[in-house]
Amino acid sequence: MSGVLYSLVALGFVLIFKASGVFNFAQGAMVLLAGLALVRSLDLLVANGFPLWVAIVLGIGFAAVIMAITAWLIERFVIGPLVNQDGLTLFMSTIGVTFILEGAAQMIFGSGSYPLRLFPTDAWFLFENLFPGGILVNKLDVWGGFIAGVLVAGLAIFFQRTKTGRALRAVADDHMAAQSVGIPIGWIWFVVWLVAGLVALVAATVWGTKLGVQFSITFLALKALPVLIIGGLTSVPGAIVGGLIVGAGEKLAEVFLGSHIGGGIEYWFAYVLALAVLLVRPQGLFGERIIERI
Amino acid sequence: MLYREAGQFKTTYAEDMAIFPIRQDRMALAILLGIAFIGVPLLADFDIWPFGSDYLLRAILLPFLILALAAIGVNILVGYCGQISLGSGAFMAIGAYSAYKLGTGVHIPLAWLGFAISIPPLPVLLSILLGGLAAAVVGILFGVPSLRIKGLYLAVATLAAQFFFDWVFLRVSWFTNYAPSGSVSAPTLDFFGLNVGTPIERYMLCLIFVTVFAFLAKNLVRGNLGRQWMAIRDMDIAAELIGIRPLYAKLTAFAVSSFIIGVAGALWAFVYLGSWEPLAFSIDRSLQLLFMVIIGGLGSIMGAFVGAAFILILPILLNRIPSELGVPLSTETITHLEFIIFGSLICYLLIKEPHGFARLISIGKEKLRLWPFPY
Repeated sequence: MSGVLYSLVALGFVLIFKASGVFNFAQGAMVLLAGLALVRSLDLLVANGFPLWVAIVLGIGFAAVIMAITAWLIERFVIGPLVNQDGLTLFMSTIGVTFILEGAAQMIFGSGSYPLRLFPTDAWFLFENLFPGGILVNKLDVWGGFIAGVLVAGLAIFFQRTKTGRALRAVADDHMAAQSVGIPIGWIWFVVWLVAGLVALVAATVWGTKLGVQFSITFLALKALPVLIIGGLTSVPGAIVGGLIVGAGEKLAEVFLGSHIGGGIEYWFAYVLALAVLLVRPQGLFGERIIERI
Repeated sequence: MLYREAGQFKTTYAEDMAIFPIRQDRMALAILLGIAFIGVPLLADFDIWPFGSDYLLRAILLPFLILALAAIGVNILVGYCGQISLGSGAFMAIGAYSAYKLGTGVHIPLAWLGFAISIPPLPVLLSILLGGLAAAVVGILFGVPSLRIKGLYLAVATLAAQFFFDWVFLRVSWFTNYAPSGSVSAPTLDFFGLNVGTPIERYMLCLIFVTVFAFLAKNLVRGNLGRQWMAIRDMDIAAELIGIRPLYAKLTAFAVSSFIIGVAGALWAFVYLGSWEPLAFSIDRSLQLLFMVIIGGLGSIMGAFVGAAFILILPILLNRIPSELGVPLSTETITHLEFIIFGSLICYLLIKEPHGFARLISIGKEKLRLWPFPY
């Protein structure tokens, strides 16, 4: 079920790509930053004698503020000055952002591994009467799925119904046209990065509860890349479906194929899958077809 | 004043098309090569500071040369042909492990055919070059998707190469000659009967490789092929319209680039590391190479050298300066600071100077040309 979690991270990618045409390599670093900010402030508040629910609310608020500041800084100092540059330059600049965020997050909040306990992690047994042993369902996975569903619904409404959402889509279609009808592009990009930061925060809480918040969480982002490719770069539902495909696919491959050729193929299976999808359908399963002309 | 080309008239086509048409450039290069080929060995021979200990040779110059070679390879693909690659570490690994297999003898048992292919251990030089060739073949294979997909999608495809080969060299024990720990040692470095062992000999060996390949690359990128790559980079559809075959141009870029990266990988493993494990060629190495190219200058051979030097020296400076100033930082803080500085530098350079340090140097040359009378 780690597919749901991949989807959560991939969502952040899709949002930014949809709204600014930037392929955000830094999403994993943002998950790390959000997670560290949350878990460290939680620990601090609990240690100072706050009740748990107050600490959770304050901690999430603090992490959200951190993500807002990050979004503002990125827009102001990196993406803003690079407006109207081509995609590759923007992509490389987000690699730079990745490094800044990773370094800064660990410098400020420490670089250890911190456990996070927000959701129950014990398991339910379903259908015990139908199968011997039943199906093992992790409560955390159910929470993760639920949260992903709520996020998608919320984002869909945000994109379709609100004024900002419409402005976002306009910016994604054409920067210059959007600017010329009076859409404040800097503000829009700030909103996009903020939303991506909040999605990263959600991913961090779910993933952190599962594995603890630590540096290796950034590798999650690398896992989200094939999810993105399979689902299509511009499709929110694609991110979800792609995440599920990758999550289920790599476990199945590990079990059925990995035992024959040495195991550990979880590492690259998603990528090979993505490569295969790319060769057949370069825009992904749900992506928009890319039309090129001079 | 020093850098004035007035009076240097080109009277033949050959002079006009020379690699370094300006006399000062030629002199600077000759001096640089002189220092590298004659000065450094002499200084090292007489134990003159800073060459008294092997530290400088072993820990700075050797990795600098090899990484600069790899960066030239990456630059050909990313800087000249515009195909972004996050899998260069994997191609270094392919070069290293193929060279290792060839250098220690290949044995492929084909049980179902009833015979086995055995190749005796090849000479080191040949196995390094063939390692590069193996990397080139794999590079072409992974370059094929670039015909249908481009830009960001391609980056993910090359990441696939990275993770796949990380796994292959970790898990398929045939490549490591069934070493139980997964780490392998290079064969003795024996070049035409000359045994390369001491740091200065290793340095000279790498220097020869780097010089030859740098000149080849420089010539290649200013020739027909290089101009095709640059046309593809600047606008691939337009390039196709003026008669450049994208298939040929892209695949040659992948092949040449992976060949150079593969040779660099073989040198890195054989000459610098001596014994290594797959971790030496992880995705961090790929990103490091990409940084060298971005910082040094996309689309510039000199940029590869500048970038490699910068990336190697910055951590050392970060280590030294605070402790010299009396504020020693913990190693953790230094690592994090390094991350932040590299990241900011990349962003800053992309915004202010997309052609990196190499462009700064050429701006400097322009200014010197007019000095002291600017317009």
